[in-house]
Amino acid sequence: MTIRHVIRKETYFDSVTLMQITNEVKKLQGVENAVVGMGTDFNIDSLKRLGLYSDAFAGITPADLMMCVQAGSDAAADAALAAAEKLLTSRKKAAGTGAAFVPPTQEAAAKQLPDANVVVISVPGAWAAREAEIALRAGRHVMLFSDNVTVEEELKLKTLGVEKDLLVMGPDCGTALINGVPLAFSNAVRKGDIGLVAASGTGLQEVTSLIHTMGYGITQAIGVGGRDLSEKIGGKMTLMAAHALGEDPATKVIVLISKPPAAAVLAPLYAELKKIRKPIVVYFIGADPEAIRKEGFTPAHNLQEAAQKACELSGGKPVQPPMAEAEAAAKAKGLALPGRYLRGLYSGGTLCDEAQRLLQPVLGELYSNTPVKGCKALASVHKSEKHTIVDLGDDEFTRGRAHPMIDPTLRQERIGIETADPDVGLVAFDVVLGYGSHMDMAGEMVAAIEKARKASGRKPVFAACICGTADDPQNMQKQKRTLEEAGVLVFPSNVALVTFVKQALSGKGA
Amino acid sequence: MAVKIDVQAANKEAVSRIQSAVPVIKGIGIAKDIVPGMKKNLILHAGPPITWARMSGPMRGAVMGALIYEGFAKNAAEAEKVAASSEIEFAPWHEHNGVGPMAGVATASMPVWIVENKTHGNRAYCTLNEGLGKVLRFGAYSEEVITRLNWMRDVLGPVLRETLEIKGEINLKTLIAQALQMGDEVHNRNRAGTSLLFRELAPALLDSKAPAADKKRVLEFINGNDHFFLNLSMPAAKAILQSAEWIEGSTILTVMCRNGTDFGIRVAGLKDRWFTGPAQQVKGLLFPGFSEADCNPDIGDSAITETCGLGGFSMAAAPAIVKFVGGAAGDALNYTQKMYEITETESTTFQIPSLDFRGSPTGINLLRVCETGILPQINTGIAHKQPAIGQVGAGLVNPPMKCFEDALEAYVEAYVP
Amino acid sequence: MSSLKTLFREEVKVFNVGIPSFADDLKRQNVPVAHVEWRPPAGGNKRVIELLDRIKLWQAACQSPAKS
Repeated sequence: MTIRHVIRKETYFDSVTLMQITNEVKKLQGVENAVVGMGTDFNIDSLKRLGLYSDAFAGITPADLMMCVQAGSDAAADAALAAAEKLLTSRKKAAGTGAAFVPPTQEAAAKQLPDANVVVISVPGAWAAREAEIALRAGRHVMLFSDNVTVEEELKLKTLGVEKDLLVMGPDCGTALINGVPLAFSNAVRKGDIGLVAASGTGLQEVTSLIHTMGYGITQAIGVGGRDLSEKIGGKMTLMAAHALGEDPATKVIVLISKPPAAAVLAPLYAELKKIRKPIVVYFIGADPEAIRKEGFTPAHNLQEAAQKACELSGGKPVQPPMAEAEAAAKAKGLALPGRYLRGLYSGGTLCDEAQRLLQPVLGELYSNTPVKGCKALASVHKSEKHTIVDLGDDEFTRGRAHPMIDPTLRQERIGIETADPDVGLVAFDVVLGYGSHMDMAGEMVAAIEKARKASGRKPVFAACICGTADDPQNMQKQKRTLEEAGVLVFPSNVALVTFVKQALSGKGA
Repeated sequence: MAVKIDVQAANKEAVSRIQSAVPVIKGIGIAKDIVPGMKKNLILHAGPPITWARMSGPMRGAVMGALIYEGFAKNAAEAEKVAASSEIEFAPWHEHNGVGPMAGVATASMPVWIVENKTHGNRAYCTLNEGLGKVLRFGAYSEEVITRLNWMRDVLGPVLRETLEIKGEINLKTLIAQALQMGDEVHNRNRAGTSLLFRELAPALLDSKAPAADKKRVLEFINGNDHFFLNLSMPAAKAILQSAEWIEGSTILTVMCRNGTDFGIRVAGLKDRWFTGPAQQVKGLLFPGFSEADCNPDIGDSAITETCGLGGFSMAAAPAIVKFVGGAAGDALNYTQKMYEITETESTTFQIPSLDFRGSPTGINLLRVCETGILPQINTGIAHKQPAIGQVGAGLVNPPMKCFEDALEAYVEAYVP
Repeated sequence: MSSLKTLFREEVKVFNVGIPSFADDLKRQNVPVAHVEWRPPAGGNKRVIELLDRIKLWQAACQSPAKS
């Protein structure tokens, strides 16, 4: 057993690249474990936990890169370190060879692209607000993908944004489409006349994708971050965006998606929205649709319906969902589940919430790591209990890892665990396509499913929804085929998937 | 001190003086006659202030050799005693308007180049380069070394002094600009500069009154030492940067240097102050038979070339250097590109052909170093840590961040209310 | 300087600060993008950042007209 430690001072790589490199190194012959990461407190604690820490790392800073390899022999350790070095160098070369110098700051980037108007920020939370402020003071809109930004920082940024009439999309904003350009995790959606404002990433992905699939299109999809409609922030960006869409001649219908706003924010929000003389679909997840209808807006009961209603308002005629309820339910006909419980493994937080919300009344006892009203919290997020639906994109799972829409590893491991559980009859999951997402998530899931079936000898039913459009880079048809060929039932929306699940669990298929 | 200062304007002034400086060779003189503050018992050295007790091997050896040369001691053992005694004083070359490569040791009776900045009138000094191998600047103190130093004082110095009187001024700015376009970066590669200097001197030298054998020996001496020009590019850079000392509020670096133990910097707006940190280990290629354990930490005033936008900052002009330090030619471009991020502007005179004749990165800004975390890039020779062995390789090195952090603290304390 | 009033009529041009794949995706779609190879400012040193920000504020104050 050999453990090697290497420090490269003042060498920075983003966490996603480092995760990928760590994964590659771990696959090498003779390697028991490997950590390639920045010298953050978190990573140091990880090393200590794994028994891999060494005093060689004392004094390391978050700007230093550390590599630690545990291998069965000196030769294996040396090979692993050499491979890691090679991967790191090839990344750096790809980043900036010769003429195309890669700027280290926004100020330097301005020399290459002085009239940039949007800055997408995905650096660690501790540094994100500062970068956002630099962007705003330079007169550029901000998409703040980073999370772990404090609410005080968010307030300061959004106040500055309002003052300068600049968008601050986020923090924790994963999705936005501005003038048809997909930013971060977004789908290829055709242009049309529906404008959206959303405090949710995958919610916005699902709704915009369904609008496209139903034959309609969008003007803008503006993410505002999950906390925008909290009392402290007061909906600053939601209002700014809604008013802008109200004044935009290309936008005929507006859609607003969010968790229910804080009580103090709700009335002023409605008052402002009423000033907009365009139909507004308002989907407050879990809220009473009647209350919304009374205010004069078009409510929706779920993401699919929000898309459907928006299309109907746009086209002035009825619009059918991509898969009718009856058809989705019919797929459960004659299905015998080998176990009584459901395990839902989601990469999209809003899709996970929606599944919980729609299933809890039917299932009664339902567990999650991010339980909605009426659901219960898991004692340990890594161990499912009875009916469980987890959001693998939640902090607890993503600390020190890439998001499950990029890195399938955690979900693959969980598929193995759930499949082996003799009480599990049905495993459901989402496949989110689009820019930013893994290029073959269906393939990754299928690999895990086949491995799990082989290892456990068990055959729970697998069902998935694909969130995306036919224009997305992953080739949606191919993703669908990959899943179906592996015996996974595929649905075109989360609602269709949930409809099937409900039916499958209720009365053994009838 | 709550003073209203426009830092940008102060830096602009500093950079303007740097750009407009014109260093020329004025002549040669004996140190005690022309170097300000020079005295018989004063030993000037490279880098920031240091005591005998803290000196590294090459520096100690050079001091011992200098004491023998000046007659303070008859052998190494005596020299060590004298060096440790209160009889001898030490001071950085930079505090006496000069620079010295590697150990950079200079004493009263040594001949030195006189370099003058025509634009501002300030002068900078440097000894003449002894050559390669077992030389004083690498800490050698054998009889061979002393004999050569004597010859330099008795023959080389006087012959070149007379040559320069005949020739007149030699413009170092244009020589450096030309050398840069001929594959030199004038720190680790000086072959073109030495060749150009040879051309400038030869005709006038032939007209001097020295015996033919001496003239021939002088030309052979210059011809046999590819780094002869280094001892001119260094004071030229010093004379250029001196013009920016001292400008209130400016954050432009005027000095980067090392004494083999510490690295030191000086900032235009922080008069007379040193900011130091541990000298780093140089990473590069070693000559056969040597290992990392043999290497002395970074040493010498030659980082004055980088401070001026030459040397490691102009690596793109000398791809051969990067091959020597184990990289690919494309890396040389990247190193120089990076340096633009921490400098104020591009040189109006020193241009780099492979960057489409872009001016070299000029005016290192303390604030930009701190903000970006990008440290100035130096490429340098590596000395053996024991005295008298000489150069063991060459490579890349950076100053320690501590120098810049300390300077930043001092700057804020001095200026920001 | 952009503003929400004009954004919907502008060509979207992006700085990407952080995850490189976001910039790669934009390049593939021919969207003008400058990827910033970000590293923690000042090597992650909070004290240095504090000092630099103090200098920025001081300079901003020096530029503005004198206040009583």
